[in-house]
Amino acid sequence: MSENAKSLGIGDKIMIQMQDVNKWYGQFHVLKDINLTVRQGERIVLCGPSGSGKSTTIRCINRLEEHQKGNIVVDDVELNGDLKNIEAIRREVGMVFQHFNLFPHLTVLENCTLAPIWVRKLPKKEAEEVAMHYLKRVRIPDQAHKYPGQLSGGQQQRVAIARALCMKPKIMLFDEPTSALDPEMVKEVLDTMIGLAQDGMTMLCVTHEMGFARTVANRVIFMDKGEIVEQAPPDQFFDNPQNERTKLFLGQILH
Amino acid sequence: MSTHTFKPDLPPPNRSIGAWAWMRANLFSSVFNTLLTLLALYLVWLLVPPMIKWAFLDATFRGTERSDCTPGGACWVFIKMRFGQFMYGFYPPELRWRVDLTLLLAIVGTVPLFIKAMPRKAIYGIAFLIIYPVVAWVLLHGGVLGLDAVPTSRWGGLTLTLVIASVGIAGALPLGIFLALGRRSEMPAVRVLCVTFIEFWRGIPLITVLFMSSVMLPLFLPEGMSFDKLLRALIGVILFQSAYIAEVVRGGLQAIPKGQYEAASAMGLGYWRAMGLVILPQALKLVIPGIVNTFIALFKDTSLVIIIGLFDLLNSLHQATVDPVWLGMSTEGYVFGALIYWAFCFGMSQYSQRLERRLDTSHRS
Repeated sequence: MSENAKSLGIGDKIMIQMQDVNKWYGQFHVLKDINLTVRQGERIVLCGPSGSGKSTTIRCINRLEEHQKGNIVVDDVELNGDLKNIEAIRREVGMVFQHFNLFPHLTVLENCTLAPIWVRKLPKKEAEEVAMHYLKRVRIPDQAHKYPGQLSGGQQQRVAIARALCMKPKIMLFDEPTSALDPEMVKEVLDTMIGLAQDGMTMLCVTHEMGFARTVANRVIFMDKGEIVEQAPPDQFFDNPQNERTKLFLGQILH
Repeated sequence: MSTHTFKPDLPPPNRSIGAWAWMRANLFSSVFNTLLTLLALYLVWLLVPPMIKWAFLDATFRGTERSDCTPGGACWVFIKMRFGQFMYGFYPPELRWRVDLTLLLAIVGTVPLFIKAMPRKAIYGIAFLIIYPVVAWVLLHGGVLGLDAVPTSRWGGLTLTLVIASVGIAGALPLGIFLALGRRSEMPAVRVLCVTFIEFWRGIPLITVLFMSSVMLPLFLPEGMSFDKLLRALIGVILFQSAYIAEVVRGGLQAIPKGQYEAASAMGLGYWRAMGLVILPQALKLVIPGIVNTFIALFKDTSLVIIIGLFDLLNSLHQATVDPVWLGMSTEGYVFGALIYWAFCFGMSQYSQRLERRLDTSHRS
């Protein structure tokens, strides 16, 4: 994909604005002055060594983690202590977790319709139609009436993606979506995510899948010790990293 | 390039099938186990035949009086003659149909809850839980709709036991769930309140609670204000048992992975919806054995109301055995009582096991 094609579909609207965001776990300063602007349709990959704060960064965007200093504005809504704002943001931000976090007591279909029915107030029938649409999209409509425990890891993660999409979110957050998968199942999940990117979804993805970053991302962000060390378009990031720390990291993960 | 040929699946070797193989594996697998098996058989032989002889072969079933009893065996005439009292206490005999009707309505009313395909089951269940207690109160107590009033002091026997147990269960479960949620709340005031409540009620014996409810509480109430004695006992039982339920449920809540809470929050479900739709269904399923354990204990603990002078099943049995007309019948009385308690407790246990199997969606095998 050329640089041009990649930046196609990026709007002017700012979807996420993080300004001087700081966070501590007890005494531990986990995020230091994070500044990040994400425009509509942008696809951003965050990478870095473990403990670098990349997961914490995206978890601050939907308030699974609370930041203690700085501002976060998501889709023009200020993320502060106000529960109304938090719920408004969560309605528009879908999230996919490393360990899928499907609800084991509900069928695949029920997993997908739960939030649309109870949060979006869709009638059950309509919610099921939406759910089947997205289950078809992740290519597992035939598993709709099974329980998560009956599916493989890759299938579960695709259900998790469909479940998030059923809320018709404006932003999708992926927190190491392929790290817990068997090697044979990584591709099916990545393919689903690539499809999503091609449809213009605004995406933030914490991942070590550098191939995915190269194909899909507009921008790759490298974090270490709670700071953004370097950010650049993927070609530049991989072929010509500017920072010593980035070079070292890439040297270790790209054999 | 060579192609690997996979071996076909074969059935397992079946050496251990049939009664003989089972016995060899489970009863006579070693010399020591064989000895234990023989010892157990000897004990059974020592105990069971005399029991059968006493309860059935030498027992008296016919007759209406003490003098009809033959010595050596059980005299079930006693149970037969006092059966009404054991079931209904001092409930007026001509009004006992109201008790029967109450029980019948409970059975008929709960049947739809056991039908799998029943639509809107949750709504029906909630409606039943709201409407039935009112109907049961009107039927049992009367005093309205032209029904003669029967004060709670005349309720007794198994009826009273079931009233205390079912009200205790129906009250303690929801209260216990709220207490468990409160104890894990992020609001310090709520947490402190729930911890205090739980630790207070768990720290005192049920007998003390019942004594306090019947003796001490009236002292603190303003002049002229009085509570029904049964009602006070019921409140005591509910508060006491809810503390136990709370701790059982808290165990279940702690077993739910953090990711479930996060996934629910991330989809925009608020606290109550996340709890009600995602966390509690899983947590309660996990702790069914613990909850039913508490319920079984509760059912048997209802017999403690004997100390505040309520005539539940056990007290009715006790009163009948000290009746001079039927002296010496306590064995029959208590065996009969034990059978009834056992039947209810075993029933609960069986139901809970069925429920566990039906709700299992883990497919862990």
